[in-house]
Amino acid sequence: MTQRDRFYELAARALDEDERVEIVLADIGESAIPPHPRVHNLGIREQLMVGVAAGLALEGRRAIAHSYAPFLVERPFEMLKIDLAHQGVGAVLVSVGASYDGARSGRTHQAPEDVALVSTLPGWTVDVPGHPDEVELAFADALAVDDPVYLRLTEEENESAHDGRTLQVVRRGSDEAPFVLAVGPTLDPALAATAGLDATVAYLSRVRPFPAAALRAAVTGVDVLLVEPYLAGTSSAEVAAALSDRPRRLAALGTQRAELRRYGTGAEHRAAHGLDAAGIRRSLQAAFAGGALDGQRPAL
Amino acid sequence: MTYDDLPELLTRLTGDEKHDWSSLSTLDVLWVLHDRVLGPEDAFLLSKGHGPAAFYAVLAAKGRIPLDELDRFGAFDSPLGHHPDRVLVPAAGIGSGSLGHGLAIGVGRALAGRRVFVLLGDGELDEGSNWEAVQYAGRAVLWGLTAIVVDNASATHGWPGGIEARFALEGWDAVRVDGRDHDALAEALTRPASAPRCVVAEVRP
Repeated sequence: MTQRDRFYELAARALDEDERVEIVLADIGESAIPPHPRVHNLGIREQLMVGVAAGLALEGRRAIAHSYAPFLVERPFEMLKIDLAHQGVGAVLVSVGASYDGARSGRTHQAPEDVALVSTLPGWTVDVPGHPDEVELAFADALAVDDPVYLRLTEEENESAHDGRTLQVVRRGSDEAPFVLAVGPTLDPALAATAGLDATVAYLSRVRPFPAAALRAAVTGVDVLLVEPYLAGTSSAEVAAALSDRPRRLAALGTQRAELRRYGTGAEHRAAHGLDAAGIRRSLQAAFAGGALDGQRPAL
Repeated sequence: MTYDDLPELLTRLTGDEKHDWSSLSTLDVLWVLHDRVLGPEDAFLLSKGHGPAAFYAVLAAKGRIPLDELDRFGAFDSPLGHHPDRVLVPAAGIGSGSLGHGLAIGVGRALAGRRVFVLLGDGELDEGSNWEAVQYAGRAVLWGLTAIVVDNASATHGWPGGIEARFALEGWDAVRVDGRDHDALAEALTRPASAPRCVVAEVRP
């Protein structure tokens, strides 16, 4: 079962179990969620979708708005800023499509900038699950609060689930080894990329608020490789701030800013952005040459 | 306080004693809404957040904000800015200033069962986001929702055929009234509705 299907199951259950829950749609997902008086399909009107979610929040409801990431976050971005953030209310925004799930659909259906955009707004929780079971954890947390939450679902997934709501060290290398922080569905490629290397690999799915203290506690060496499944560098400032008083080398992987102008599959896009195992390994070795990977202390 | 007290309050807000306050396009609509229409359970959303002096004067006259706040309009530590902020002034209903947000929020509140009044301007309707809300509210027959459009002919390219015709086409119960006529405004805003209501309040300078 995909993350998206799991969300639809959870949403239908939430409607029955929590009378504060209201679901606001713009056609996407309409056929997957059973009809219910608190499901409002507005047609293809995403600005309205966010405004309606805000209005419902002002009435004490927990609104869930859902669409493809570019239409949920980018098209109505001012509504996220004004209708939710500025009014001081929250909603749960659940997107699908992520950075390149819609590879065949082209640039219009790809939103590698979404997490960076949402991160400019105050008070948001951003969850980037790497497995359907993690969707369930994030969704339950989102319904338990009134704050704004962005839940970014993807077709990519790791073989097993990890509770990445806090930073989890999945594989521990030596104290000097590079620290690879893999976000959401980049964990499995990161683990494969570091197979046989002296590297620590940690996992994170809740990227905002960023777990600065947990990162400080977990990082023991100098070299940090941040691997995110969206725009490269989205969390670089957070990592740099968390480690600001320490010597470090930081490299950040993610999707590249330039348009690929390619169709094909998500796997092909992942490789083209250097986010597959081979790409991550190449970047790791290039970024930290002359360091612990080569049995040396990096010259800083 | 009465309608006749509003000029003094407006002077406190702006420091301008010579202004012809009757020229404020929203003053009469705001007064009628707060004096004769809105009940304690109703929501009022000032979507057209520009030029809120009339709004603050009416709120002060009705005891919704302290009179003393009027003297500090726009100051760093004043809750009263040139665009209202509901977090600072709960009576404002919504924070506004960017046009085209209030009606969608009003749709959300109406879906939750609230009786909602949203004040817009004819220029504000240039923003396409309004029409997403107009279209859906009509199809969903949100009879608890009322849009008041103050029409002072400020939309750059106008509304050929009339604003009310466009709302009516989308299923709204739409009328045009004299935006200075308090009885006409009150009647239009309180008559029973079986569809979302649009009251175009015509205000000619």
